[in-house]
Amino acid sequence: MNALPDWAAWLTALLLLLGAGITFIGSLGLVRLRKFYDRVHAPTLGTTLGTLNIVLASMIYFSITEARPVLHEILIAIFVTVTTPITLLLIVRAAVFRDQLGK
Amino acid sequence: MSATVLDWALVAAQVLLALAMVCAVFRLARGPRAQDRVIGLDTLYVNAMLLLLTFGIRTGSSLYFEAALAIALLGFVATVALAKFLMRGEVIE
Amino acid sequence: MMRRIFPFPLFSVALFAIWLLLNQSVSPGHLFAGALIGILGPIAMTALELPRAKFRRVRAILKLLWLWFEDVVRSNNAVAMIVLHPNLRGATSGFVDIPLELRSRYGLALLAIIITSTPGTLWTDYDTATGVMRMHVLDLIDKAAWVRRIKERYESLLLEIFE
Repeated sequence: MNALPDWAAWLTALLLLLGAGITFIGSLGLVRLRKFYDRVHAPTLGTTLGTLNIVLASMIYFSITEARPVLHEILIAIFVTVTTPITLLLIVRAAVFRDQLGK
Repeated sequence: MSATVLDWALVAAQVLLALAMVCAVFRLARGPRAQDRVIGLDTLYVNAMLLLLTFGIRTGSSLYFEAALAIALLGFVATVALAKFLMRGEVIE
Repeated sequence: MMRRIFPFPLFSVALFAIWLLLNQSVSPGHLFAGALIGILGPIAMTALELPRAKFRRVRAILKLLWLWFEDVVRSNNAVAMIVLHPNLRGATSGFVDIPLELRSRYGLALLAIIITSTPGTLWTDYDTATGVMRMHVLDLIDKAAWVRRIKERYESLLLEIFE
């Protein structure tokens, strides 16, 4: 376990705060926006840049403390990027269908 | 000095993510329609996964990564099943 | 023969890489197990009888990925501003219909993923008969501008890659 140099600690801290902040704003949009179709846009903030920043922070931290490239977190970023559009698409299509049905 | 910066950033990030989860739970509980609740649940999954990643950094253990990946996978499948349910009223036809 | 063993070569490579990343190791055992999965997984996939994807022009793919990243960063910022705005300019959202020339199923799937994963835009519907795609835009001011934007920024590149 290596000690974390100053620049890495600051960088990790910055990426973490940025990621968590963006995710929080996205979820806040879920509460604040008034129409359903507006609200679907909000969580994508957390699943794009929010996830990317936190995953990067984790990669930098572990790569330095374990003194070897730790890249497996990138799988989470790729997986979330690929799957979120699919879930959102399905939910929106379900919502459109239910709107037409008048439920 | 630098270690304390990271500690504070971790606490702040975890508080922000916890608040994000509260927002998602609000939408999950409040609705008003079923599709709003599904979106809330999906966001809750993603936020919980990110929170686990920050716990991983905090404890310096990569075990949390596995849990985060499992949550991401299960969350995806669950949301797809729920969307399908909203569409037809049945998951498997 | 090669087609028999590797029906989807890129998918094989991806499975192999994912296996090594998950195990965080390049020991001979993991290399062997990963190779086995990389060969058997795609062969199992042939049971689904997927249409073959043909795509080319690596430069266009890289350019597309960069444009996408650029859009994600910019619209993250834009959506965050809308959410944090004290009196929510939420009334400006609406639907836009965009006639597409793109017919490749994989191209359309990629366009749907790009549009939906960018905050602020959402793919909602596609009519296979007319080729008209409908999307929802959070900050809709000029419909014609969005039609032009999607066609020029993404559709031209996707046509180049998939058709």
